[in-house]
Amino acid sequence: MSDLVLRKLKDRFGSAVLETHSMCGDETAIVEASRWKEVALFLRDDAELAFNMPIDLCGVDYPERLPRIEVVLHLYSLARRHRVRVKTRVGDEECNGCELDSLISVWPGVDWLEREVFDMSGVRFRGHPDLRRILLYPEFEGHPLRKDYPAQKTQPLIPYRTEAEAGVPLEKLAPFGPDEGMSFGREVWTNGKARRENRGEQ
Amino acid sequence: MGEVTRTVTLEGSESGYATTRLDALLGWARKYSLFQYPFVTACCGMEFMAAVSPRFDVARFGAEAPRFSPRQSDVLWVVGTISQRQAPVLRRIYEQMMEPKWVIAFGTCASCGGFYDNYTTVPGLDKIIPCDVYIPGCPPRPEAILDGLMLLQDKITNGDRRPGVVKPRLDPVHPGAQGAGDLVTLRKSGKEKPAKEQA
Repeated sequence: MSDLVLRKLKDRFGSAVLETHSMCGDETAIVEASRWKEVALFLRDDAELAFNMPIDLCGVDYPERLPRIEVVLHLYSLARRHRVRVKTRVGDEECNGCELDSLISVWPGVDWLEREVFDMSGVRFRGHPDLRRILLYPEFEGHPLRKDYPAQKTQPLIPYRTEAEAGVPLEKLAPFGPDEGMSFGREVWTNGKARRENRGEQ
Repeated sequence: MGEVTRTVTLEGSESGYATTRLDALLGWARKYSLFQYPFVTACCGMEFMAAVSPRFDVARFGAEAPRFSPRQSDVLWVVGTISQRQAPVLRRIYEQMMEPKWVIAFGTCASCGGFYDNYTTVPGLDKIIPCDVYIPGCPPRPEAILDGLMLLQDKITNGDRRPGVVKPRLDPVHPGAQGAGDLVTLRKSGKEKPAKEQA
């Protein structure tokens, strides 16, 4: 049973299935982006596959690879009780051409998942009726789960208080300073290093 | 900062009247009727629910009545992580509250962002609104929450608007024990050290 899905996919799509991977009942197929929706329809409609439930959809950025953004789709068949993971890759070094057919006409449930992938990784889904940010606010610029998004860059909606308007020092009180309290605390990785160097430590 | 320094006593006489300063009387009245506005966003909310329920009983401090309109509330409990998207909402709620008003940062995330050092989290509510009392902990224990409430009451009594942080409590069984290091010295010396004064 376990390799049935991959075998049928390869029989049907041939070289459009770029890679497959199978371990411990965990099947993965990487398909061409241009055949994305076709593959989805086949997986849903084939009687032996019958994948009627999209579990998850997400985007992963591999900046060292081309195409750069990987879109991962997890499927489950309630009738056949089997799973598959389908991936595809889009986008060049600058993430141009991050476009993919929307699967919303295949599984309506991917609506918000596609919006999340758009929000976090910036993949545009052709044919999605309402493609806007779902977790972040509309004013946000960029896509935070791309590896070139600066890890500590924030985009506040309202300006932070200044000491002039607060009338009191806004330094964090103990134990909330950058290098105390929780060991995984804020700014430890950047400022903490600078602090240690200033103290002459390695 | 941080420790209870003074309590107000109403000087009375047997003939049935009391004299005091007006601000002291107002502070005394206010500190026992803190209507709370819970702004609960994250997992600290579970600990908040436990702490305000009958077992720990904040009604003892007159702070049990939640008001889900900011216009009727006195103290804003910010319980949990504040995301950038919520920041305008939080500031608006604070602005809608009537004077006099106080703010309690409940837990590490509300106080400084905690370990969420990323694009989505406000590094502490004091980036947006003033804060009176910080309660550290992830989440804080109910004792720390009650300490924070009492610290706020003390600040109201004294008219002190400087921010304060709840200090760790001393272990009543081992008064000198503050951490593993102290426990080791405790065992080596074979006697309990006197309670350390917190700096």
